[in-house]
Amino acid sequence: MGMLDKKYHDSNIIIVGLESALNWARKNSLWYEQFGLACCAIEMMATAASRYDFDRFGIIPRSSPRQADVMIVAGTVTMKMASRIERLYEQMSEPRYVISMGSCSNCGGPYWEHGYHVLKGVDKVIPVDVYVPGCPPRPEALLEGFLKLQEKITGETIIVKKNEADKKPETA
Amino acid sequence: MKKPEEILEYLNQKFGEDQLTLERGDIGEPWILVPASMIRDLSKFLRDDSELRFDMLMCLSGLHYLKEEELGVVYHLHSTKLDHYVTLKVRVPVEEPEVPSVESIWKTADWHEREAWDMVGVVFDKHPNLKRILLPDDWIGHPLRKDYVQQEFYQGIPTGE
Repeated sequence: MGMLDKKYHDSNIIIVGLESALNWARKNSLWYEQFGLACCAIEMMATAASRYDFDRFGIIPRSSPRQADVMIVAGTVTMKMASRIERLYEQMSEPRYVISMGSCSNCGGPYWEHGYHVLKGVDKVIPVDVYVPGCPPRPEALLEGFLKLQEKITGETIIVKKNEADKKPETA
Repeated sequence: MKKPEEILEYLNQKFGEDQLTLERGDIGEPWILVPASMIRDLSKFLRDDSELRFDMLMCLSGLHYLKEEELGVVYHLHSTKLDHYVTLKVRVPVEEPEVPSVESIWKTADWHEREAWDMVGVVFDKHPNLKRILLPDDWIGHPLRKDYVQQEFYQGIPTGE
């Protein structure tokens, strides 16, 4: 727990709201799916390497979508790949998040007009939580994307509010 | 070492005067225009003849001539033994885009011909495995044709914005 270490030596009980404990756990162990689609993957690898060190945020790669919490769509999504991306997303267990990294997966990037083979934004097949602009984005930008995602997770709630209880639950 | 002009002269002695023509663009090396029907025999000769020995197909590309309503195939050959180069071109009408495959002569041609089929739709006769190489099998059309119209949906996913 970092800054809380060694402050509670007389007791092993900490009282905390369930929601904040859940959110705290989720946002600090964002395991991402280990795959890259284009040059953005190089920046993603650089972010994971020792200089920028993803691991200090608890962000580590997993090789199976079933163990992953977040999918980084790092690169150009071709039409051939789009259905595979969709399948990978469906295989992830909830709660699941998507970071769209770079111009290509945000909106088609340089292929937006004449790229017959490129999907014009990965949000056409799966819901996206955070968009990281850049071509490719620097590691700092991707880290910022993760910090934004952490912010988003902090605000999540497990409680259904009264006026929302009658509404149908949202399905992805 | 032979220049393209000398190679043409040498080929004319073997295949007759009026079959092959040497063409020249504004820049770059000249090329030999070959009738589609004789490309396989010619390729075999180019590879096996002791004075030519073109043992390497550097590149094979497909072309679309929109105005002429023709498809083209360009062969860039190199002899690693004798260190000379030659470029061949074949042109066929869009309606009957059949060119004999040279896969049996240079293995390089296998994937290159599949790409030319995928992108501009040249049909390579007697190719052992002529299917798309880059695009998915159920794609419609050949995208590098100048009059290509993109399909709006691929497997229910919009291809446009």
